[in-house]
Amino acid sequence: MESQIKNPDKKNKKKIVVAVTALNAIDSPGPGVAVIRAIRECSDFEVRIIGLSYESLEPGIYMHDLVDKTYQIPYPSAGTDTLLGRLMHIHQIEHLDLIIPNFDAELFNFIKLKDKLKEAGISTFLPEMKSFEARDKIKLYEFGKKHELSIPKDKLIYQASDLAEAAEQIGYPMVVKGKFYDAIIANTFEQAHKAFYQIQAKWGLPIIAQEFINGTEINIAALGDGQGNTISVIPMRKLYITDKGKAWAGITIDDTSYIDLARKFVRITKWCGGCELEIMQTCDGKSYIMEVNPRFPAWIYLCAAAGQNQPATLVKMAIGQKVIPFRKYEVGKIFIRYAWDLITNISEFQRISGTGELEGMKSK
Amino acid sequence: MRLKKNIATSEEGFIFNPGTGDSFSTNGTGSEIIGMLKDEKPLQSIIDVICSKYDVDQNQFERDLDDYLSQLKDYTILE
Repeated sequence: MESQIKNPDKKNKKKIVVAVTALNAIDSPGPGVAVIRAIRECSDFEVRIIGLSYESLEPGIYMHDLVDKTYQIPYPSAGTDTLLGRLMHIHQIEHLDLIIPNFDAELFNFIKLKDKLKEAGISTFLPEMKSFEARDKIKLYEFGKKHELSIPKDKLIYQASDLAEAAEQIGYPMVVKGKFYDAIIANTFEQAHKAFYQIQAKWGLPIIAQEFINGTEINIAALGDGQGNTISVIPMRKLYITDKGKAWAGITIDDTSYIDLARKFVRITKWCGGCELEIMQTCDGKSYIMEVNPRFPAWIYLCAAAGQNQPATLVKMAIGQKVIPFRKYEVGKIFIRYAWDLITNISEFQRISGTGELEGMKSK
Repeated sequence: MRLKKNIATSEEGFIFNPGTGDSFSTNGTGSEIIGMLKDEKPLQSIIDVICSKYDVDQNQFERDLDDYLSQLKDYTILE
């Protein structure tokens, strides 16, 4: 069932300017391109899409049928003041209505800035800092204990020598995880040691040593309204998994236990915006929450294809429209990701690298 | 022995479990058996139908059917 806007005025479609991050579409893709694709598919409004990129080779920058113009923004490590300065510059030119950040590592800064952005006339639809931090990987076990959710045991590691103690508590195999991304399964102390340094070099400390749970991987995409209500939720079974653990193909499934689990999470946290619950279903039917990602997943377009366009619904809620929660979706809808060599010219690469801006052909 | 209510099947022998996302292919005979299970036919009736239709030893078929049903149960296709 399509979520409906109350009192829609289809004759006078408003052109909404939406800025979207995470335009990378590599083997571990960002959700940005899928989010834009879903938003563009909604016929209830017209959009101008502004891409916000970190690097010059993010493919979405060059997808001019999806992204009207891209601006580079500073890395999260530059801090909120630098980010705000850049966003205000972009806002002066583009008159942004809404920003949808899609990277875990940038969300802290965007949540910090949401009041200032609102003052400037830019909407966001992000969780409260308290909710955002409660589901953080490094606090997830405690969160689960408090709310009777099954979470694998874990231990935070600040130095490699702590791994031995973690192994005594958790045992092998153990999953060595970065605080934002990456996870390596270690079967021995030597493997855990190597994984610790590999992940530390990339994502810093702490490292999370987590109990290994064997089972079927299910991901759930959910959209909360910030009041504790779940507007949309769709579970997806991974059919093909890359060596980075990412779904390369997946199918929507019909299991109310997953839907209830996501609703419980949204209710507890009063989650505002998109999120993804990563579930491991053991052979005895127990569902462990492995992680909760505080943004839409890269496979979010599957939800739109299955009848619940979560990104477009987020846009509606962010600009103050009332929406009715989705109740149905198509079960057995499959996505299969593929790689495609996008061709561009050095002149475009030069513009985004040199000026930090690139306008698509359609927008000129 | 009953097929779970939400299991989707096709005449070509394709079986889809929407609860788990698993899908399977079965041959023509398997497909016929699935069809009869879907119609809630008793096991004896399935045995009678298959043994009268095909040139198969009944004891052999009963063993094969038992194996087949075990597989369907393992794959959570049967209730």
